Amino acid sequence: METLLQQILNGLVVGSVYALVALGYTMVYGILGLINFAHGEVLMIGALSALTTITALMGVAPELPPLMLLGAGLLVAIPTCMTVAFLMERLAYRRLRGAPRLAPLITAIGVSFLLQTVAMIVWGRNYHTFPQLISTTPIQPIEGVFISPVQISIIVVSALLMFALVTLVNRTRLGRAMRATAENHRVAALMGVDVNRIIALTFVLGAALAAVAGVMFASNYGIAHYAMGFMPGLKAFTAAVLGGIGNLAGAMLGGIVLGLVEAVGAGYIEDFTFGFLNSSYQDIFAFVILGAVLIFRPTGLLGERVSDRA
Amino acid sequence: MNELAELVPYLGKHKPRAARAVVILIALVAPLIAILFGRTWVRVLDFALLYMMLALGLNLVVGFAGLLDLGYIAFYAVGAYTWAFLASPHFAEAFPAFAAGIGAADGIHLPFWLVLPVGAALAALAGIILGFPVLRLRGDYLAIVTLGFGEIVRIFMNNLNYPINITNGPQGINLLDSMNLFGWDLARSIKLAGFKIDSLFFYYYFFLLCVVGSILFIQRLQISRVGRAWAAMRDDELAAKAIGINIRNMKLLAFSLGATFGGVAGGLFGAFQGFVSPESFSLMESIAVLVMVVFGGMGNIAGAVVGALILTALPEILRHIALPLQQALFGQVVLDPEVLRMLLYSLAMILMMLLRPKGLIPAHARYSRPEFVAAGEARA
Repeated sequence: METLLQQILNGLVVGSVYALVALGYTMVYGILGLINFAHGEVLMIGALSALTTITALMGVAPELPPLMLLGAGLLVAIPTCMTVAFLMERLAYRRLRGAPRLAPLITAIGVSFLLQTVAMIVWGRNYHTFPQLISTTPIQPIEGVFISPVQISIIVVSALLMFALVTLVNRTRLGRAMRATAENHRVAALMGVDVNRIIALTFVLGAALAAVAGVMFASNYGIAHYAMGFMPGLKAFTAAVLGGIGNLAGAMLGGIVLGLVEAVGAGYIEDFTFGFLNSSYQDIFAFVILGAVLIFRPTGLLGERVSDRA
Repeated sequence: MNELAELVPYLGKHKPRAARAVVILIALVAPLIAILFGRTWVRVLDFALLYMMLALGLNLVVGFAGLLDLGYIAFYAVGAYTWAFLASPHFAEAFPAFAAGIGAADGIHLPFWLVLPVGAALAALAGIILGFPVLRLRGDYLAIVTLGFGEIVRIFMNNLNYPINITNGPQGINLLDSMNLFGWDLARSIKLAGFKIDSLFFYYYFFLLCVVGSILFIQRLQISRVGRAWAAMRDDELAAKAIGINIRNMKLLAFSLGATFGGVAGGLFGAFQGFVSPESFSLMESIAVLVMVVFGGMGNIAGAVVGALILTALPEILRHIALPLQQALFGQVVLDPEVLRMLLYSLAMILMMLLRPKGLIPAHARYSRPEFVAAGEARA
């Protein structure tokens, strides 16, 4: 029982990171119908630029309190990621609107690998230790179940950010413009919405969330490197599809569900397969879920959009 | 072949026969010129031929049938690991008791002409296994699911050393048998009248034979009923269905045929390289093959060939130019070869899509059969 509770808790932590990243995928997909393959790389850039900032600050002013350091890292990471996302939309994707379906996707893969390469040049190939500024010493709320302060803060921060985003999309003028653009570019433009600006904003907003997710991800595992964004990116995409792509609530639900399935699955896979598969197969869950959802319920858990578009 | 011949400047347009002769001549003497610059370059050419086979196979799936496959390298892996399993000491190391029991104490060493078809068949089977679940998916969803398939295969390669050691995990399998054509070991250099003929040459000409065979086959395939059905399906699936094309079979056929090429190339790769490890079959390699197809021109045989040649050779050339240049300019190596390769591929992908989406050599109109195109143009 404790194991199950523990795995559920771990799943919630990872799941909320997935959910944050999934929001970026789903917003862009909702508006452009594009899978922004490079979104995972934005997460990586967020983590690594925060790392550079924190290391630099620690060198200059080691007496700063850890939370302030982390805040400073975020303050650099978020604008950096926003700029990267803005540039990729402006320079690559914008020119491909209306191109044949495969062209934007192939470009997105190219952008993803380009960002990884650039990160490799800037930060090198090595794994970096990410300073764990929030304590990772676990506490025991229930006997036998452990959670660390950094994990608690991940859940809290994600929940706050998701709430803020939903409010932004549902309650503000800007959000209304975004929803209108997602519905129909041309009609939105006729209603006076600056479609190009809204699309750029969508990318930038998603990137800001990914930046925070990246810093949280790195703080949790204590590690950052140039390829760290790829797997979480794919999984977040899976989460977005699982929840129903284009649907904000779906992305959050999908993220949490995926995190739970992964954590619980990894905990029990060995028992279920009689020792044949073990927890090193953890990454397979996401792909199997992705395939299964697309085949049996392409609209996802909450989606109403039809996926049949070539 | 005709498509390649058309690329020869001047002759291609005016003297097709001469152009074809030029292409054949270039293919035949290329390694002899390459050896003047060192053995590495012959090796690069060998690899270029392997990548050509891969690009030709992927082009079947992506270019002809319009199914974007991002997990293509998995089939290459299936071919290579089949070779590794059936033609190396690994079997005896993994199951010593069983191997001794069947009289294979030093592993299984099946001959090349048996292993290669088995690898190809297994790859084709893997193609069908991938194909069935994704029949209903199109466009970008298909791409992501195939990517997931490739990753799943890689995860299995990395972890299937426990509880039964099939793939030997991340270390991979060593000491693979080289290719042996009826008693002639391709890996052994031959001394002939005082000249030493490097084994790399034998591999080159053997691979060349395979590539030429593939091209001839694919050329016939493209204008066959199947090829035309693929083109129809790629351009409009619904319409293709309406005129009676069996979409399911055509998709499965595309996946399995494409995979077969991957499997054969994988077997050749295993024999040539002498070892296999999961590292050679990463997503980056799938993407690399895709870039070759995209760069050369999707749906075009000549495009796949030229794309594979350029994108295999260019990183090597860059390596030899850029490294000394960086040493001279900065006194150290800022961009190492692997970074240069990735930079080149990702930029090729982005810039090609932005500036020349049809690739270096755009595919002819619907049918690549020259007389059709010519007739159509004459009428217009």
